[in-house]
Amino acid sequence: MSEGRKSWFGRLKEGLTKTRASLVGKVKEVLVRGGQIDEALFEELEEVLIQADVGVETSLELIEEVRQKVRERRIREAQDVQPLLAEGMKALLKGAPLALQPAAPASPLTYIVVGVNGAGKTTTVGKLAARFVREGRKVLIGAGDTFRAAAIDQLKVWAERAGADILAQQPGSDPAAVAYDAVQAAKARGTDVLILDTAGRLQTKVNLMQELGKVYRVVTRELGREPDESLLVIDGTTGQNALSQGRIFSETVPLTGVVLTKLDGTAKGGVVLSVSRALGLPVKLIGIGEGVDDLREFDPDAFVDALFAQDDNASSRL
Amino acid sequence: MFESLSERLQSVFQKLRGRGKLSEKDVEAALREVRLALLEADVNFKVVREFLARVRERAVGQEVLQSLSPAQQVIKIVHEELTALMGSQHARLELGGTPPVAILMAGLQGSGKTTFTAKLARLLKRQGRRPLMVAGDIYRPAAIEQLKVLGEQIDVPVFQMGTGTPPPEIAAQAMAHAKLHGNDVVLMDTAGRLHVDEELMDEIEKIKDVLRPAEVLLVVDAMTGQDAVNVAESFHSRLGLTGVVLTKMDGDARGGAALSIRAVTGAPIKFIGVGEKLDAIEAFHPDRIASRILGMGDVLSLIEKAQATLDQEKSQKMVEKLAQGQDLTLEDFLEQMQQVRKMGPLDQLLGMLPGMGGLKNLSGLEVDEKQLARIEAIIQSMTPEERRRPEIIDGSRRRRIAAGSGTRVQDVNRLLKQFEQTRAMMRQLMGAGKRSRRVLGSLFRR
Repeated sequence: MSEGRKSWFGRLKEGLTKTRASLVGKVKEVLVRGGQIDEALFEELEEVLIQADVGVETSLELIEEVRQKVRERRIREAQDVQPLLAEGMKALLKGAPLALQPAAPASPLTYIVVGVNGAGKTTTVGKLAARFVREGRKVLIGAGDTFRAAAIDQLKVWAERAGADILAQQPGSDPAAVAYDAVQAAKARGTDVLILDTAGRLQTKVNLMQELGKVYRVVTRELGREPDESLLVIDGTTGQNALSQGRIFSETVPLTGVVLTKLDGTAKGGVVLSVSRALGLPVKLIGIGEGVDDLREFDPDAFVDALFAQDDNASSRL
Repeated sequence: MFESLSERLQSVFQKLRGRGKLSEKDVEAALREVRLALLEADVNFKVVREFLARVRERAVGQEVLQSLSPAQQVIKIVHEELTALMGSQHARLELGGTPPVAILMAGLQGSGKTTFTAKLARLLKRQGRRPLMVAGDIYRPAAIEQLKVLGEQIDVPVFQMGTGTPPPEIAAQAMAHAKLHGNDVVLMDTAGRLHVDEELMDEIEKIKDVLRPAEVLLVVDAMTGQDAVNVAESFHSRLGLTGVVLTKMDGDARGGAALSIRAVTGAPIKFIGVGEKLDAIEAFHPDRIASRILGMGDVLSLIEKAQATLDQEKSQKMVEKLAQGQDLTLEDFLEQMQQVRKMGPLDQLLGMLPGMGGLKNLSGLEVDEKQLARIEAIIQSMTPEERRRPEIIDGSRRRRIAAGSGTRVQDVNRLLKQFEQTRAMMRQLMGAGKRSRRVLGSLFRR
């Protein structure tokens, strides 16, 4: 247990090293510089958060909270402010475990994965499949992206690597038909886990969103219940548009959570706070690297702790 | 999601109405709103700060504060400065030199490199070039297959060596292949890579050394947040970018990344991707993005929407008809009205007009929408003969039409009067000689 936790933590920290360089580095810089707590300090903290894509509104709210706590608890030292900020961030981040068992016995655990173009849906589907196969489960992938050139081929490679079955039709075929076939096949074959990929679509494309709505309805109808997870994949480098994505996608598909990908670059993580706060959607998985093992279940406390961890090795690695 | 900047600024200044001139403090309040709008559009924090300093300098001048519409003045200055920051001029591709000339694509995973490569190849082919696309992404599953499929769709050859050859080697072979086969432009697709991935950044640097490209284009997702600057800076310092491509601009992202990248690297934005189809590529116009970032009206988009929805042929036919001296009929009138209504709800269209944002809240617009429906009903209650020759509509016909359309005789009268005025205006325009006719014609053609 402690071994697993440590490696999770270690990997996350490694993935987030660059993020911390810009976020925590700056927070520390701000906090260590002066002993006094003044207005300039709060302004600088706000800057730091905004630069991490936390968004103006969320940042202001977080800072206001810290300001209030400083007043109430009569805190005088600047260095005591950071734990307060971390406290606020943890409270904002909603955590929820990934559904690992089907809601109804004798039917497959079913995931549907949605999102804008290039967010990392197909890769996420591949990694999820690999994970379930490794747990000894029988996995079927539904190749619902029938639009993008070679998307089906890409998924086939992932399925092969993972050791999962794949159900695919011709490029250009009706994604709702693929969804129908996938659910039927999963039921007929006694599949443990069905993961349905979908084509990337910008949330403002009304017809494409309607198409997605149909896919979801077909899955729900054939399954006799809602999918166990309806995951919105958001690119970790995305700015404030993530809110629009979350809002509009959830109008079409009742989302159960967010997958935040590509968190292994620089200055990210802020968008998680805004998404959680504005949409009440829990982050369920984060992608912190290209490896199959780099899709992890999201733990808000560990996430914020990793962001703020005092790690001298990390600073020397920068 | 966000109320538009101009709306916000108007309300800031509205509070001050009746107090006469504006003080520096008032302008400061407005600039705070500008700051919010820019940050919400994902413009980089530092860029915002520098930008505001420049705007402040201009905006607190006497000229602005004493003008009759200070809010408009401030908005205008902000818009001008935004445009300037993004490079006022539209920057073209520079493909000079001895062929084959190379174009290198670079960017993060999922930014849209492969799709853009095909879009650009298609564009160049239509301009009479003989492009060759090179599959340089040997890492992502089926990336080569994707480029091949796209190549078939646009009938452009794809050079690939599978996934076993290092990309710099592929680049060298591709150039030789292009020389041999008479391809004058080589578009090199590359794998998506993180700017902090030393190994892959070394690789793309090597690819560049081999290709000696005329253009190094960074492909950036328009939805990118504050990090866009770090990404662009890293790629720029490694590769020396000649331009930036902003993809997925057909969504509702404000595209603040565009502003930041230009400001930080100096590399101009050359293209934007505006859709999933392979013809969805546009030259970049700084002023349009400036309007978009500010959430201001976008007249150009309105025109484009009109172009996309209106039946060009019908419009053209009507212009010709009028030009030949034929009179406008109520049938034409109805047709035109229906075409405009097809473009979408009236309030949405009005929202695209600068300064009209604030009017959205007026309930009067709903009435207008109803009125359009009423006019349609009235015209549809007329006989074809009446539509063509409204002058035959006498009192008894008017009563019949009103009854048929569920309106009052006064409504019918009003419509006929409006129509007569319109017709008189058209006659005047058309009678003014050939030149104005051409002007009017081009107006409709737009």
